[in-house]
This record gives sequence, C-alpha cells and structure tokens, in this order.
Amino acid sequence: MGRITLEQVTKSFGEVDVIRPLDLSIEDGEFVVFVGPSGCGKSTLLRLIAGLEDVSSGRIEIDGQDATELPPAKRGLAMVFQSYALYPHMSVRKNIAFPLRMAKMDKAEQDRKVEQAAAVLNLGDYLDRRPGQLSGGQRQRVAIGRAIVREPAAFLFDEPLSNLDAALRVGMRLEISELHKRLTTTMVYVTHDQVEAMTMADKIVVLRAGNIEQVGSPLDLYRRPLNEFVAGFIGSPKMNLLKGAEAAKDNAATIGIRPEHIGISSDGGEWAGKVGVSEHLGSDTFFHVHCDGMAEPITVRSGGEVDFHRGDQVYLTPDPAQLHRFDDKGLRIE
Amino acid sequence: MATQHSRTAARLMISPAVILLLAWMIVPLALTIYFSFLRYNLLMPGTEAWTGWTNYYYFVTDPSFTDAIWNTLALVGGVLIITVGGGTLFALLLDRPMWGQGIVRILVIAPFFVMPTVSGLVWKNMFMNPVNGIFGHIATSFGFEPFDFFGQAPMASIIWIVSWQWLPFATLILLTALQSLDSEQLEAAEMDGASWLNRFWFIMLPHLARAITVVILIQTIFLLSIFAEILVTTNGGPGTATTNLTYLIYVQSLLQYDVGAGSAGGVIAIILANIVAIFLMRMIGKNLDA
Repeated sequence: MGRITLEQVTKSFGEVDVIRPLDLSIEDGEFVVFVGPSGCGKSTLLRLIAGLEDVSSGRIEIDGQDATELPPAKRGLAMVFQSYALYPHMSVRKNIAFPLRMAKMDKAEQDRKVEQAAAVLNLGDYLDRRPGQLSGGQRQRVAIGRAIVREPAAFLFDEPLSNLDAALRVGMRLEISELHKRLTTTMVYVTHDQVEAMTMADKIVVLRAGNIEQVGSPLDLYRRPLNEFVAGFIGSPKMNLLKGAEAAKDNAATIGIRPEHIGISSDGGEWAGKVGVSEHLGSDTFFHVHCDGMAEPITVRSGGEVDFHRGDQVYLTPDPAQLHRFDDKGLRIE
Repeated sequence: MATQHSRTAARLMISPAVILLLAWMIVPLALTIYFSFLRYNLLMPGTEAWTGWTNYYYFVTDPSFTDAIWNTLALVGGVLIITVGGGTLFALLLDRPMWGQGIVRILVIAPFFVMPTVSGLVWKNMFMNPVNGIFGHIATSFGFEPFDFFGQAPMASIIWIVSWQWLPFATLILLTALQSLDSEQLEAAEMDGASWLNRFWFIMLPHLARAITVVILIQTIFLLSIFAEILVTTNGGPGTATTNLTYLIYVQSLLQYDVGAGSAGGVIAIILANIVAIFLMRMIGKNLDA
C-alpha cells in the first residue's frame, strides 16, 4: 500500500514561502514525477513527504493515516538521495542491511533479504566491496537496494540520476521503470529533466515557485498544457510561443505551436522567413527560422533529409488543429 | 636535459635549508648522547670523565624513575580520554545552529591561547587553592570542608589543567571533521530508522575516526613533554606524585646539577617517545590509509 495525500500543505523558510498551499493525491502503485525549474520547490515537497522537513501548515496522509507529525522512520517510506548517501565505511552488504539492522531483524533474515535485493539489482559480485570502489551506476543501485529491503509503502527519489553520465542515465532510467513494473510500489520521483519525466511517469506534477501548475499523464501535459508555463516547459525543443498580431488573429494573447506541427517548404506558406541556425541530429533537423514581423525565431522540426541552408528563403505553415491558444493571464483557451 | 638540470638545481637550492635543519637536530642529539656517557656534574667542574653506562644504570634504578614512567602514562592517557571525549561532545554541541555561534566558538577556543604557566598559576591560585580558590569558597558556603586539590589529588588536578588547555584543540579538529560529514548520510540513516545514538555510533563516529587519530597522535607528542604546568603548581610533588619523565630530567640536571644523568634520562625519553610513536602509527595508521 502506498497512498499519499497532501492537503493544503505549505512550507516557508523564514519569510520565503517555498510551498504555497498545495493539494495533491498520489494513488497506490503510481509512478509520480515532480518536475519544474530549479528552485520551484520540488525537492522541498519530497522532503516534506519524507518527513525530513516539517510542514508549516497543512496535513499529510499516508495510507489514510495522518503522518504530518510522524518522524521519517515511522512513515514507512524509503528515499534515494541525489548523492546516494551511502555509508562510506560499510561494505555494500552492510549498507543494504543497515535499515534491517536498525529494525533489529535477526541476522539470517537480514542476509536473506540482502541476497534477494542484490539479485534483483545485479549486485551479487559487489557485496563485500566498499562504496568507494564502485562506479556511479553501481552506487546508485546500492542506494536503491538499501531502499528496497525495507519493503516501503513508497519510494522517494531525489534527482537520483543527475550525477550519472548521459549513457548510464538512459540505462538507469529503464532499470527504475522496470523495477516499478516489478514491485508495483508507489514511487515519487523528483527531476528537472523532462525526458525522465516524460518517459517514466504515470503522472507528472509540474511545479513552479511552490505552486502546482498542472497534474496529468505525460501525453496529457504534452497535448493539452493548461497554461503557457507548462506549454513552454514540457517538450523539447520548446513550443514556439507567439504574441502580438499573429496571436490576435486567433483571438488569443499568445498562441503556441510545437516545432513538429509546422510544415516547412521553399515554395509557399503562411509565414515567410529566412533560415538561421540549423541543428542536424541525423534523424531530425531543427531549423531556427527568422520570420518577417516576429521578434523570436521559430523552431521547426523536419526530417533529417530536408536540407536548407543559412539565409535560404522558406515558408512555414502551422497545423491549425495543433494550435494552442492562451489568454492574457496565460491560461489555455479551449 | 631540462628536467635533469632542474632537478639538480632544485637539490642545490634546497640543500642549505636541509643541512641547517639536520645540524639543528643532530648537534644537540649528539651532544646529549655524548654527555650521557660522561661523569659530568656542574658542582665539580673539571672532573668530567668517561663512565660508560653508569649514568643510565643510576637513572633507571632510581625509584623515582618508575614513578615518573607511570605518571607520564597516567598524564597522557588521562588527558587524551578527557579531551577526545569532551572534544567530541563539544563539537556535537557547536555543530548545531544557534544564536551567537561565532562568539561561542571563539570563547571555546580561547584556553588554547593561554600560556601553560599562566593557566597553571590561575588554576592553582584562583580555582583550586583551598583558601583563596573559588572551589574552596563554594565548598565553604555550602558548609563543606574545602578540598585540597594539589594535596589530595595532585595528578588528577594536573590532568584537569592540561585537559582544559587541550580541549579546544580537540574540539576544533573534531568540529571541522563533523562539518564535513554529508548531511544526506545522516538523513538517509534517519529514514532508515536509526535513532540519534545509532546515527552517532554508526555514521558520525566512523566519520570522525580519522580526525580522532590525528588528535591522539599530535596530542601524545606534546603531552609526553608537559613541564610548565607541573613546575608552577606542584613542583613534581608531593613526593614524586606528579613527577613525569620530563620533570625528572629537569630535577636530575638542573636541581642536582648532574648533567650526565640528566642526559641519560633525555636519551631514554627519546627512545620511549619513539617507541610510543611507532606503536601509535602501527595501531592507528591503518585508519589514516583507509
């Protein structure tokens, strides 16, 4: 079981409100990702759930029981830290067994659980090494192992992959997703990397300045962003946001169109412009087109074989069905 | 080659300093060893003669020599226990965020800046003196008999004074070590269900092991040669109750004017200090490697 409910939770450090009154419910077995720019309060929110910080007001429930005042150890949650936080003077085996030892479980049972966790995470060969002798990915797995043996109600991950190199990150991303499928335990995951958010989450929570901007499935957020911030934050490269005359034509303060929903051709279209920088990724090419009468260049995605050069005259045609319209407060207009 | 050339140049440049340092050490050492084999008493000038091991024989068989060895061990051991234990406690306290942290930290470090003779005299006359001392006044005001610290518990009093001086050093080093502990490790342990005592025992103490090693090594070297505090308070007495090896050497060579026996004592002290150093390095050196 791992149902977590937050009701009107706030957190302030002195004068600074880090978390504004906030409601959120996390269902049992869900993989929830908190995503947002740095300083948005996502890590603080996770630490509030973990109990490492006290809430300033509001209520936290875990499995229907009030956990607001419970100390971290009593909440039945396990956390994986950004720095892994392994105990450097203990072997991998002792690291993983530490929570069991603290729970005064008997030795044989401890060993059995550690072996089990090590098998799940492919750590069998490293059990007698010290954390200092392991690579980044292995340390990460030990940290996860230490979380697994406790059989927690939910796992909390605080930017666990940000210290790994790009290739390893892709691998660990898959491993964590795989683990979630196997354990079907609730996982709450904090990241600033939207690729991690999009690929792993059942539910994404987008935060900005201590407020929840939108909660929804990854594709929900991608297809129907509720406001300009989410529209600009989710998606890579960013959605093109146009203000002024173009937006007024559609009765909106701002219109947004994703790079893949714009056609590019050399013969004719709605917007005329000149190609600026083009980024060739092989499979895709991103053109930054400077259109007449627009302040910002427009990013356009096209196939890898399309070949325009700097300074070429091109015409862009947005797909009207994929246009997002926002009012002057930045909220979505249906 | 350039590297060969620069290496030679480097050796040449550094040699004056090395030779000076070497001479600085070798000359007194050689002289001490030479004197220790002479019959050399300042009261009988001109009668210096080679006597072989006689000085050593008399120094070692002197009953106060055994006392001095035990006193030295008690002094070093007692001060180490108090400063490492107390230093850890102080470091834990000072590590907590509190109002006026900067001033409190400076106050804690202050005893280290007080000269040994001054602190010895202050403790002797203003605190521990049964008539004039604060402790005596407190005892009298509660209707108790004042305790004569240097008469009844001379060694414990000296240990206390020296500990007071060295506590700041241990606190400072242990505090810095404690501050370098990754707070996420403590949080992880907290999530893992470790109580404060468990966190201290399993996380903080192993992290402090290296710093404690450094404190023990450095303090032992200095504590073996404690002298000023004894001279200004008890003069090694009553009897030989507070005479350590350093003080015994002083008594031999400067109070009994027997330079030969004093030098023999000095050589024994050097050997003992080296044995202790090797022993300590062996025992806790493993900690430094890890």
